[in-house]
Amino acid sequence: MALFDLRLQEVHNQLKKKELSVADLVDASYSRIAATDDSIKAFLTLNEEGARAAAADLDKALAEDGEQGLLFGLPAGIKDNIVTEGLLTTCASQFLRNYDPIYDATVTKKLKAAQSVTIGKLNMDEFAMGGSNENSSFYPTRNPWNTDYVPGGSSGGSAASVAAGQVYFALGSDTGGSIRQPAAYCGIVGLKPTYGLVSRFGLVAFASSLDQIGPLTKNVEDSAYVLQSIAGYDPNDSTSANVEIPDYVSALTGDVKGLRIGVPKEYLGQGIDPKVKEAVLAALKQFESLGATWEEVSLPHTEYAVATYYLLASSEASSNLARFDGVRYGVRADNPDNLLDLYRKSRSQGFGPEVKRRIMLGTYALSSGYYDAYYLKAQKVRTLIKQDFDNVFQNFDLIIGPTAPTTAFPIGEQVGDPLTMYLNDICTIPVSLAGVPAISVPCGFADGLPVGLQIIGKAFDERTVLRAAHAYEQHTEHHKQRPRL
Amino acid sequence: MFEPNKYETVVGLEVHVELHTKSKIFCGCSTSFGAPPNSHTCPVCLGHPGVLPVLNRQALEFAMKAAMALNCQIADVSKFDRKNYFYPDSPKAYQISQFDKPVGEHGWIDIEVNGRTKRIGITRLHLEEDAGKLTHIDGGFGSLVDFNRVGTPLVEIVSEPDIRSPEEAKAYLEKLKAIMLYCDVSDVKMEEGSLRCDANISIRPYDQEQFGTRAELKNMNSFRGVQRGLEYEEMRQADILDSGGKVVQETRRWDETQGKTFTMRSKEEAHDYRYFPDPDLVQIHIDDEWKARVRASIPELPDARKARYTAEFGLPSYDAEVITASKKLADFFEESLQYTKDAKSVSNWIMGDLLGYLNAGGLELEDIKLTGQGLGEMIGLMEKGTISSKIAKTVFKEMLETGKRPQQIVEEQGLVQISDEGAIAEVVDRIVSANPQSVEDFKAGKEKAIGFLVGQVMKETKGKANPALVNKLLLARLNQ
Repeated sequence: MALFDLRLQEVHNQLKKKELSVADLVDASYSRIAATDDSIKAFLTLNEEGARAAAADLDKALAEDGEQGLLFGLPAGIKDNIVTEGLLTTCASQFLRNYDPIYDATVTKKLKAAQSVTIGKLNMDEFAMGGSNENSSFYPTRNPWNTDYVPGGSSGGSAASVAAGQVYFALGSDTGGSIRQPAAYCGIVGLKPTYGLVSRFGLVAFASSLDQIGPLTKNVEDSAYVLQSIAGYDPNDSTSANVEIPDYVSALTGDVKGLRIGVPKEYLGQGIDPKVKEAVLAALKQFESLGATWEEVSLPHTEYAVATYYLLASSEASSNLARFDGVRYGVRADNPDNLLDLYRKSRSQGFGPEVKRRIMLGTYALSSGYYDAYYLKAQKVRTLIKQDFDNVFQNFDLIIGPTAPTTAFPIGEQVGDPLTMYLNDICTIPVSLAGVPAISVPCGFADGLPVGLQIIGKAFDERTVLRAAHAYEQHTEHHKQRPRL
Repeated sequence: MFEPNKYETVVGLEVHVELHTKSKIFCGCSTSFGAPPNSHTCPVCLGHPGVLPVLNRQALEFAMKAAMALNCQIADVSKFDRKNYFYPDSPKAYQISQFDKPVGEHGWIDIEVNGRTKRIGITRLHLEEDAGKLTHIDGGFGSLVDFNRVGTPLVEIVSEPDIRSPEEAKAYLEKLKAIMLYCDVSDVKMEEGSLRCDANISIRPYDQEQFGTRAELKNMNSFRGVQRGLEYEEMRQADILDSGGKVVQETRRWDETQGKTFTMRSKEEAHDYRYFPDPDLVQIHIDDEWKARVRASIPELPDARKARYTAEFGLPSYDAEVITASKKLADFFEESLQYTKDAKSVSNWIMGDLLGYLNAGGLELEDIKLTGQGLGEMIGLMEKGTISSKIAKTVFKEMLETGKRPQQIVEEQGLVQISDEGAIAEVVDRIVSANPQSVEDFKAGKEKAIGFLVGQVMKETKGKANPALVNKLLLARLNQ
């Protein structure tokens, strides 16, 4: 069994018994990266020197029997839109290819407190805009299950790296499905927490009202441990929720008896790959056999979700990305004629085509004369979509469906067709708009590519989501499959 | 030529006031003025990728306090919006401001011009963050930016178009400044930029109902500058209308040295700021209890004090207006009254000697050492007859310079008034004996002669003899 396939408790036991050192874990991570990343391209920046120094410190602490953090010694990859002091944070954009942050994100600090080791920064779609990692301005990440296929996105580097066994776990960010969809495509577990559960301070903003950081892991138990380490109120984030953080690991009882599951007909209708549908129905049967019940429900405003999302997310992005102007940090265009030219050239050269498309869309939606018809209308539809979920959750504990309508697609296939690309997020976007938590867990394979099952819960009820995901996982073998690299 | 009988002037003012909170509105950096460039900055106010704003509660409460003092209705729910524009003084390329839910609305203040009171409506007061400061290098080599000021909390106070003359505009600004100082929410120093004023001005023939086309005036650096800029603009617009032309809606820059306004940008160049609710900040719910707590922190305001001074102390309206225009001066006045009951006398000393001294030296009250207690005690010494009004002038001057207590000055310099009748009578005897001619003159009916004799007695006693006693004893001696 590969080192990173050991359960977290087993890793910690071996560390305590000195059968294993943190240096061994870090070595294993970099060896695996050396062996696989030429074909996967998951990493943008490696933190080898820093990681080895951190490993030495942790091994020393271990020898002195110091107190150990929850994620002690575990090699972690961090999506490159999460700010790491002294470690390049590029958002996979040419604009920030030289951006060396002067502060740490709150989650970066929390990982340090939990004593994981940062292995490096992971590839993504530029500024988290995309669902295939093809929008990385450096190079696309490839799916470990088939390197001709996309890993999904925007946290494609995070998902591929975990799937390829390069790191023990990774952090990603999810705005409209950016953790869940790549987790599904790469056959791993990806959790988008409730909006406000994990601090956004230090997450380079794409769409502030939707962005959430979450874990990408090989299994549900690891997901619970990582969530435990990064969740919590942050006075530096006004939108962070001041709620008590429950014990997530203790929620993993294996018992789902009596759980009531709603299955939205909109998620299994037109456009869904029959093989994906088949895998989802099989999973529901599994839940049934474990004592849960399910029935079909309706989220009637689902068809408006993608349009609503692209208006709201792009509007916020157009403002969030305005600070990239070449003046204070990032790459500045050479030889501008004047101030306006400096802005124009720096932004024209710095941003890739998808980012430009969304900035223009958002700018338009917020413009005088269009605001009511687009931004404001979209806000109203968002409220309706949220109500859809509230209604179903009056009678159900969870909502379950596919994470994405299809499995991963070949690199290059949808690049010229952004609208088709946007529809890949049809099952994840409504959840983001509603702000509720959802996890994607492996539920089978179609033509050799992983299928993801999405389990959606009530706001701040991550415990039930994790419990159901874990119980399902205990009775299936999908999450144990590893790509051959 | 602007003829006041032909055209009516309509002015509305937009005033920005910096709130003197200790830290910035959305981060923990200091707001103090005059630090080395970019020393009061952090990732948040520099707009680094990933940072988030957190509202400084003090800034909100200062804004509430200011809005209450301007008689505004305070919002139950307030929120922040983003005002998007590109400029190097704005590190996020948007300013966090308030669009449709300002802290306060529908307020008013009363101003007094030519003895008549007039009410000016306040449309709204909202809270926002200040921008950085740009310095353009001579010769077009570039610009430098200092982000110390970025994120300093500001309130923007927008008046209704109720102001009808440049003079009223100045009175409005003075009253606004006084109220802000009373509330202790700002230093309100126009020269340091803690108060900035833009003015919208139009003129219309008296029989015309709708407003004329307005110009927005910027870059006035003093209240006087605002008044002059508006006066110039009245003339400019009247000349256009008189010659049959049309005023163009535009933004104009006041040039203090040339005494003229110049076009900055036309209406067509106006920005679309694409306001939308800032998703990084949550709505603020202001309940009645919170409002009451803030309201309780507002001291008595200038109008109320003025009314009290005229009613309670019988001060002339003008004196009360002058003293209450500055909270520091009014506090000084009231401090004096703890040591003497003679309010009129305190007022006279303030209006005359004190303000005369301050104005002559271009000084502020805090620049001198005299305290209200000192003035009150000095007047007390006069009341007790310890010093004469003549000696008081000497004592007052000494207090201005040294801040010593009047009793100490009197003792150190031996300035105690001689009120011992026997001692004065002795001197009177001596002076009468030594000046027979004057005595003759007095007896011959030349009343003036007594003045000379009094002067001689005062000279002999180095000015310390009680003048009333000298008069009494001298008269008694001469009429013997």
